[in-house]
Amino acid sequence: MTTPTEQFGEFYQRDRTIHPAAYTPGYKTSVLRSNQKALISLSNSLSDITGPQFSPDELGPLDNDLILNYAKDGMPNGERILVHGFVRDENGKPVPNALIEVWQANASGRYRHKNDRYVVAPIDPNFGGCGRMLTDKNGYYFFRTVKPGPYPWRNNINDWRPAHIHYSIQASGFAQRLITQMYFQGDPLIPGCPIVRSINNEESVRGLIAQLDRNAFAAMDSMAYRFDIVVRGSRATLFENYVQGAK
Amino acid sequence: MSDISTPVYLKETASQTAGPYVHIGLAPKQAGFDIFENNFGNVLVKPETKGERITIEGRIIDGSGAVIKDVLLEIWQANAAGRYNHPADQQADKPLDESFRGWGRACTDFESGIYTFETIKPGSVTGRNGKPMAPHINVWIVARGINIGLSTRIYFSDEEKANAADPDLTSIEWVERRKTLVAQRSEKDGKVVYTFDVYLQGPDETVFFDV
Repeated sequence: MTTPTEQFGEFYQRDRTIHPAAYTPGYKTSVLRSNQKALISLSNSLSDITGPQFSPDELGPLDNDLILNYAKDGMPNGERILVHGFVRDENGKPVPNALIEVWQANASGRYRHKNDRYVVAPIDPNFGGCGRMLTDKNGYYFFRTVKPGPYPWRNNINDWRPAHIHYSIQASGFAQRLITQMYFQGDPLIPGCPIVRSINNEESVRGLIAQLDRNAFAAMDSMAYRFDIVVRGSRATLFENYVQGAK
Repeated sequence: MSDISTPVYLKETASQTAGPYVHIGLAPKQAGFDIFENNFGNVLVKPETKGERITIEGRIIDGSGAVIKDVLLEIWQANAAGRYNHPADQQADKPLDESFRGWGRACTDFESGIYTFETIKPGSVTGRNGKPMAPHINVWIVARGINIGLSTRIYFSDEEKANAADPDLTSIEWVERRKTLVAQRSEKDGKVVYTFDVYLQGPDETVFFDV
């Protein structure tokens, strides 16, 4: 028999106060790209509580090893780090089999992207800057990489992004889809960053800062950071108010 | 001290913009390099997939009327019978199609700003309270300058009757705005093409959902 927590219910209403608003003029590009009309609220149906499923055989063995997955004739430059953590939902339940994709600049702050104009910082021939993985049955994920460098960008004339790693997360339902950025504990560029400041909620910002995790350091090899992720949780379908056609 | 205690829930991780280099992580070939053996892309169909082949194409337009060229879109849809390939979908009367995951990812072209998906037209899925939903495709849009991903839907211009009865489309109070969700059907070189342009703001702003 299926227990209530094994069913697929509708997601809790999204708390938008913990997310950035669409229009945040301090981050200039948002001005012409933000919706101005109210979002239309929709009760969840199968369209929202279902989502794409991925299997481990779609990923390669080095996909979560950014130190080796683009290495050509040596190792990438920079501080070697392990990044790991758990994906849970708002109920605190581990989220297994979530697809996590990450991308980042190299140790000099340069992206391997044809549109990157920070050309005084060198491309690292041994670093691609992207990886991906699935969480295990406990919601755990990990990947190995080098710590990205901060870099300048055109917003105000002399803005610099704090070091960060981009994350894309697809859990079970399409309505849980999330993209975010992970920052590093102690980075002095965090508080002044216009993109960080698009979030008007201190607790939310703290949740984006990975903590140095001494317990996970590998001796004579790499430091480690811990970054836990929370995706939307769903209600148990107890009596009524269930989603038609859903388990 | 407050005398009201509340149950403890974790707070969802906050969203941040996908930024200009989203392609590195989600579509590395478009960023200009090759790294993964297996890449996620904009072709949802296999030769054995059941259903009418369609192309969806369009552009994303900002508040100045300019076409945006660094957008990433994902779509999620039911198969031709109207069933999602996911364990939550238990619609007993609609068969699964093992050759159709129902998910795709596309980027707008850096030059033209056009995105495309090669897929099939979905069937009707049963909605809340047993009401059938008009065939539709769920869309999620991210880009530099978009702080939290935008959710919208594609409906089909040749489904006028189903659209008029759809519980979600008709819940949109502003009747004029409903048409922003309807892709226009045409034929090009013998292929069925639906055009779906997205306006991020302005008088023609596309309907975006809080789901």
